[in-house]
Amino acid sequence: MYDFNYHRPKSLADAAKLLGGSEEAKLVAGGMTLIPTLKQRLAQPSDLIDLGGIGELKGIKREGNALVIGAMTPHAEVAGSPEVKKAIPALAALAEGIGDPQVRNKGTIGGSIANADPAADYPAAVVGLGATVITNKRKIAADDFFMGLFETALQAGEIVTAVSFPIPEKAAYVKFPNPASRYAIVGVLAAKTGGSARVAVTGAGPSVFRLKAAEEALAKSWSAAALGGLKVPQAGLNSDIHASAEYRAHLVGVMAKRAVQAAG
Amino acid sequence: MPDTGIGARVLRKEDARFLTGRGHYTDDISRPNQTYAYILRSPHAHAKIKKLGIAKAAKAPGVVAVFTGADLVSDKVNGLPCGWLVHNKDGTPMVEPPHPALVTDRVRHVGDQVAVVIAESSTQARDAAELIEVGYEELPAVVSIAAALKPAAPLVWDQAAANTCYDWELGDKAANDAAFAKAAKIAKVDLVNNRLIPNAIEPRAAIGEYDATSGHYTLYTTSQNPHVIRLLMGAFVLGIPEHKLRVVAPDVGGGFGSKIYHYAEEAIVTWAARKVGRPIKWTAERSESFMSDAHGRDHVTHAELALDGNGKFLALKVLTKANLGAYLSTFAPCIPTYLYATLLAGNYATPTIYCSVRALFTNTVPVDAYRGAGRPEATYVVERLVDEAARISGIDRAEIRRRNYIPRDKFPYQTPVALQYDIGDYHTTLDKVLKAGDYAGFEKRREEAKKRGRLRGLGIASYIEACGIAPSAVVGSLGARAGLYESAAVRVHPTGSVTVYTGSHSHGQGHETTFAQLVCSTLGVSLDNVDIVHGDTDKIPFGMGTYGSRSLAVGGSAMFNAMQKVIAKGKKIAAHLLEAAEADIEFANGEFRVAGTDRKKALAEVSLAAYVPHNYPADLEPGLEEQAFYDPLNFTYPAGTYLSEVEIDPDTGALSVESFTAADDFGRIINPMIVEGQVHGGIAQGIGQALLEGCVYDGQGQLLTGSYMDYCMPRADNLPSFKVDTNVTACTHNPLGVKGCGEAGAIGAPACIMSAILDALRPLGVASLDMPATAEKIWRAVERAKTPKAA
Repeated sequence: MYDFNYHRPKSLADAAKLLGGSEEAKLVAGGMTLIPTLKQRLAQPSDLIDLGGIGELKGIKREGNALVIGAMTPHAEVAGSPEVKKAIPALAALAEGIGDPQVRNKGTIGGSIANADPAADYPAAVVGLGATVITNKRKIAADDFFMGLFETALQAGEIVTAVSFPIPEKAAYVKFPNPASRYAIVGVLAAKTGGSARVAVTGAGPSVFRLKAAEEALAKSWSAAALGGLKVPQAGLNSDIHASAEYRAHLVGVMAKRAVQAAG
Repeated sequence: MPDTGIGARVLRKEDARFLTGRGHYTDDISRPNQTYAYILRSPHAHAKIKKLGIAKAAKAPGVVAVFTGADLVSDKVNGLPCGWLVHNKDGTPMVEPPHPALVTDRVRHVGDQVAVVIAESSTQARDAAELIEVGYEELPAVVSIAAALKPAAPLVWDQAAANTCYDWELGDKAANDAAFAKAAKIAKVDLVNNRLIPNAIEPRAAIGEYDATSGHYTLYTTSQNPHVIRLLMGAFVLGIPEHKLRVVAPDVGGGFGSKIYHYAEEAIVTWAARKVGRPIKWTAERSESFMSDAHGRDHVTHAELALDGNGKFLALKVLTKANLGAYLSTFAPCIPTYLYATLLAGNYATPTIYCSVRALFTNTVPVDAYRGAGRPEATYVVERLVDEAARISGIDRAEIRRRNYIPRDKFPYQTPVALQYDIGDYHTTLDKVLKAGDYAGFEKRREEAKKRGRLRGLGIASYIEACGIAPSAVVGSLGARAGLYESAAVRVHPTGSVTVYTGSHSHGQGHETTFAQLVCSTLGVSLDNVDIVHGDTDKIPFGMGTYGSRSLAVGGSAMFNAMQKVIAKGKKIAAHLLEAAEADIEFANGEFRVAGTDRKKALAEVSLAAYVPHNYPADLEPGLEEQAFYDPLNFTYPAGTYLSEVEIDPDTGALSVESFTAADDFGRIINPMIVEGQVHGGIAQGIGQALLEGCVYDGQGQLLTGSYMDYCMPRADNLPSFKVDTNVTACTHNPLGVKGCGEAGAIGAPACIMSAILDALRPLGVASLDMPATAEKIWRAVERAKTPKAA
């Protein structure tokens, strides 16, 4: 990797100040994508601002009918949290299925969603559960947060501080993993809250997206059978050596049904 | 004394250091005043180098030197040699293009070596390499076998018309055609043997060092055969006489064949160490390993098997095209020929076999031996055909094999493809595996799976391999430019402990334990009193190294013969000490005894007398150290049959391997635990080839599977627990009766898994599928089968 200046601020305010002070600065929120990128010399930031020393960004708490997860909370903590398992077991299970033990203990929810990898698992939870992304400047609705391939609504100097997940009636995440990377070739999170349903798909397209047709069908009848006639168009879906767009489109349908089934 | 000899499940002596992170690998070695090399590699599959500017890089911080191909040329450094010559059908030799350590005018694959930067740190070397200005003029690339064969295909080498290295054949074509003409039925298959990337856990590394006072060079390298590297690099590339060149291959973290070959980086650091007057270390990054370690397999084959009305095999015809990559790696030409076509008889008494192999150059990484080397390819062809033969003739797959196996009373058996199998008992091995894998109960399991919406299939495959390579005269007549014996020196120390110096090399196989057990049983010393030394040309006798499952059969036999010499000399000494006739001395359990009496001398008493020869035979040299070279009389022929069961989720194509049962005949077994470990690892690699691994280039020759994000290695959760069993027929021509077990799993497993998948899909009408059988391929096959065919 190329040389850079390393900072480990103690507060969010210090982190924001450092971030504002350099155009080429990058935040480190676990570094599970950033560090390999640096090692391969594919990025050359002037400064790395490690958020690992900021206590206020960590932790899981229940606030009314929502779970609020600090941005620097590692996946393993979400996976193992009795609070998460009780309130949104689908979220704990999703976190348990990310990467490998090293990744789950270093990688964080804030890092994952800010990176917006098209095949990451967390974006499916954020969009599928209709979460709110909280930053040092504002609150962003899930549907407005993910903009495209590795692209989010975050502006210069903006730092994700927490994600607030409303607690659904039922939900499940089902993933068809890439056998090599174990990222999602297709991952679907289906959630039911009152009379409405949300279905979010990761891995299949350039960015996480909602499957509106499935949501409408499930709002009428929450059952896998309701998705029987679901046809997912392959236009715009990813196609690579691991899966064609046609196969991904097919898998979205299968995983959606399985998610509904798993949610019960 | 606990039983630590032949047949005991002794824990591995080497694991104390390997499992506690105290192994000593090439990259763990650092020499005083060491520098670091970084190799600038081609980003293009095929391009002319119009400009190569190193001035900026040479001035960069920490840079000691920058060298290009021109520097090698002006120092008269030769290219890397090829160790095997194959001839065309018309008797002319293959096309043998140059293989420079650093190119001068043209790059021929992504990863080809363009220049080397030597600096005070590896980071500085890499930083400086980014300042080298290379003007490439891109040329069209040929990547696949199909592309290389197109009429107007670009040429990788101007001297290789139609990109052909050789067009070779084995067998009597006329007799073969005549046999096919009489066939009642003919089974046909078209298949691909997928290209694999080896992925040893330790990336390659090399340290070159030169001592100007003595003129001695030392190369530390990740090699399976340090003497072979010394010979190839010293004699053919750099012109260094052997007595001035030491090659050390210390602990090596896996090879699977990929560390047999002499690589450019070894020659570069050794040559450049003298130029810069300092030691130079190079260690591959993982992404370099993907684009510079020799790859394996990569065949496209059409094959046919002629049957009579009773399902007996009449004739086999195999037409193969093999991708050799851009250059000829050290042993590349013999893999798709003499290690492939000669195994096409498999376990069967097929009377006539014809094989034609066209080997092609492409703009890809060179292809050479990889665990199994030719034999997995042969097994896959034969076993796919046998399954197809069973299908078209309506005979049970186990039964058609039984009907065509070479009967146990027909050994030694001369195959129609040059080899003579010394011994085997395929019927008993089959019976064992069918019982252990509950072949009879399969249909019930298939039905039960169907109720769960899963397609279950049973796979069966028999394999044979030719190991213990090889009789030197035989391979010499087939084009090998090396002998394939092995050496050992056995030193009994004055107090009776033993050090054995072997030409074999351990890179994960557990030699330090297996060989020590052999010494325990032969000389009657305890395991703690034996050390095995390997991997250093200044210590060991000239040895050919470890590959082709040869270490025990060839290296162990050399060791055994050296120990027989020790015993013979010990008898002379003991006879003198015991005042008896030499002919009356017997040796057993570490004691020399006058036959029929209780008068005896322990080995330690005899060895002490040999080194303190106060009371000693007048006509005998002091000392107790003997050496032997063993040149095998024949190959060894391990064989076995595997069963596996898979389940497929038809909605997604996802597959799980539910069971895997192996029955192998490795001859006599020294350490059953180590053998089981070898079989487990081989099966895992074989399942990797069948389901997960596949090297993919795009049409321009860019490597798409250049990291573990895209190249899928098998992991524990891809595998079931294996059941392994053995059937023993002792090899008839080596003194130990052993055959070798290192490659078996990787040879038999791909065919067995594909057999299971096709069995699962056959009820849907799927007849063929290529490896790796990914979920999407399986799903597509299922979907295609569902689509009603147009009338």
